Amino acid sequence: MNKGHSNRLGWILLSPSLLVLGIAGLAPFFYVIYVGTHSWNVFSKERGKVFVGVQNYRDLVFDSAFLGTLSRTLIFSFVVVTIELVLGFILALSLIKDFKAKTFFRTVYVLPVVVAPIAVGATWRLMMAQGHGPIPFFLNKFFGWDFNTGASTTQAWIAILLMDIWHWTPFVTLTLLAGLLAIPKEPVEAASVDGANRFQMHRYLILPMLLPVILITVFIRIMDSLRSMEDVYMLTNGGPGSSTTFVGLHIFRTVFAKQDYGYGSSMSLLVLYFTIVICWLLFNALTGKESKRKV
Amino acid sequence: MNTKLAQSRFTSIFSTFNRYVLWSVLTIFTLGPIYWMFVVSSRSPVEVYDKPNLIIDSFYAENYTKVFQDRVVRNYMVNSLIVATTNAVLVTILALFATYALTRWKLKGSDSVFFWTITNRMAPPAAFILPNFLIFTQVVKFGDFMLFDTKIGLILVYCLFNLPFAIWLLKGMLEGIPLELDEAALVDRASRMQVLFKIIVPLAAPGLAITFILTWVFAWNEYLLAASLSSSSARTITTRLAEYVTTTGTNYGELAAVAIIATLPAIIFLTFIQKYIVTGLTFGAVKE
Repeated sequence: MNKGHSNRLGWILLSPSLLVLGIAGLAPFFYVIYVGTHSWNVFSKERGKVFVGVQNYRDLVFDSAFLGTLSRTLIFSFVVVTIELVLGFILALSLIKDFKAKTFFRTVYVLPVVVAPIAVGATWRLMMAQGHGPIPFFLNKFFGWDFNTGASTTQAWIAILLMDIWHWTPFVTLTLLAGLLAIPKEPVEAASVDGANRFQMHRYLILPMLLPVILITVFIRIMDSLRSMEDVYMLTNGGPGSSTTFVGLHIFRTVFAKQDYGYGSSMSLLVLYFTIVICWLLFNALTGKESKRKV
Repeated sequence: MNTKLAQSRFTSIFSTFNRYVLWSVLTIFTLGPIYWMFVVSSRSPVEVYDKPNLIIDSFYAENYTKVFQDRVVRNYMVNSLIVATTNAVLVTILALFATYALTRWKLKGSDSVFFWTITNRMAPPAAFILPNFLIFTQVVKFGDFMLFDTKIGLILVYCLFNLPFAIWLLKGMLEGIPLELDEAALVDRASRMQVLFKIIVPLAAPGLAITFILTWVFAWNEYLLAASLSSSSARTITTRLAEYVTTTGTNYGELAAVAIIATLPAIIFLTFIQKYIVTGLTFGAVKE
């Protein structure tokens, strides 16, 4: 076979995708680098772009509002992924064995996964609306608690955590279940014959065999929770104050409410940089573990 | 399933009774908010502000009829349909070509290309709204035409997260088709493109269907880019949801009706690919 010729066809087949991704992904990336070195605020005196070098980035590292949203995003992501992983694992264990109505439960359980994030936010907003939402109403009626996501930071956080758990635990459960079901039974049988107790079995047998699937799940969930913003925006509107304002919403407001394009660009680039670093670290952890297993 | 964990003695942590209790509670927890959404959509603007009543005693259909009669909302729905469908078709075809190339040729540097695609999917859309907004409004401009507020613009931008997803998902599927089939056909003097359409496409048809459905759902569900890259003529149904809250004071009944309508297509699609949802959402990394 003519190798040079066939390679050319390969690149030809690949090129439309590269072209589209180049236009949709690469062009904005370079443009944001360019704008990030300028001061460009529609409401400022100059109105147009003024080259300022790295001044935006110098401001950014001392911008406590921005850094606050960034750390909140990371904390949120870490907390939800941890909770969902633990819950998902327990629930996956309960689904290993077949039982009547399992298919029904599973089908219903996975519904939230395909609901649009903005609709999820709307749903939970209705659940928690003051005065006429069922959650604050019944908490007050039965326990005398005041649940107000608009006034209490803690309660707003409980609300968004609950929403995210509702939205994504099904996904974690089902991937872990798929991983568990792929584990062969022989080593487990052998271990139980050898007298391993339940804890040992989980710690030394099930978890190591499940590790690749856990890592993939964590990878996807962390990246997605870092991206998400519209459901939280819909539920709490970033409040009370800025206590649930995540970095995406912060950029959105800088760009569209304040129209500070230059500064917004430098934020976008920094967030993009953080995401790529985290993505790369997780990706390496993922593939590193897999190749070690192969050896 | 003979050698699987499910058949071993390991599974006895939960008794059958506990399982039913646990999963009944979970079902209520899962359906509760969706049910409440439906309840609210059945209430008149006055009833909505009453004490929460979990039972639907009367149905205020006007929330729905109003939404369907509203020309604006109808346009938004049509836009969503056009954008999601065109994007899913485009992405599935492009990804089919790309993954055929990635799995059947040893292209130099294709691994890096492959990794680069995923960074596009993982990048926060918030980082892309500003540059895309500026490019759409200020850079790509021919006379009166600009990409801002056009469906073409949205279809193109949605490739940013859908195309990498489709490439990753389809790559796993195409790798599952044995190379021997290709080689046998090539020996019989079939061209590479004939191999693609006569052998790969029929065998990968379920994978292509899953790819199409999931990319469609992602495009249909997208909010942030649609909200920032359109103003009126290309706005999608998801942006309507946010409009109910921000501009006119919240009209909860209609908001709930629109949310139900916006959610239905995705749920209907889900029932088709129920079995493949794990494979799909993990980019093909976890098989079920």
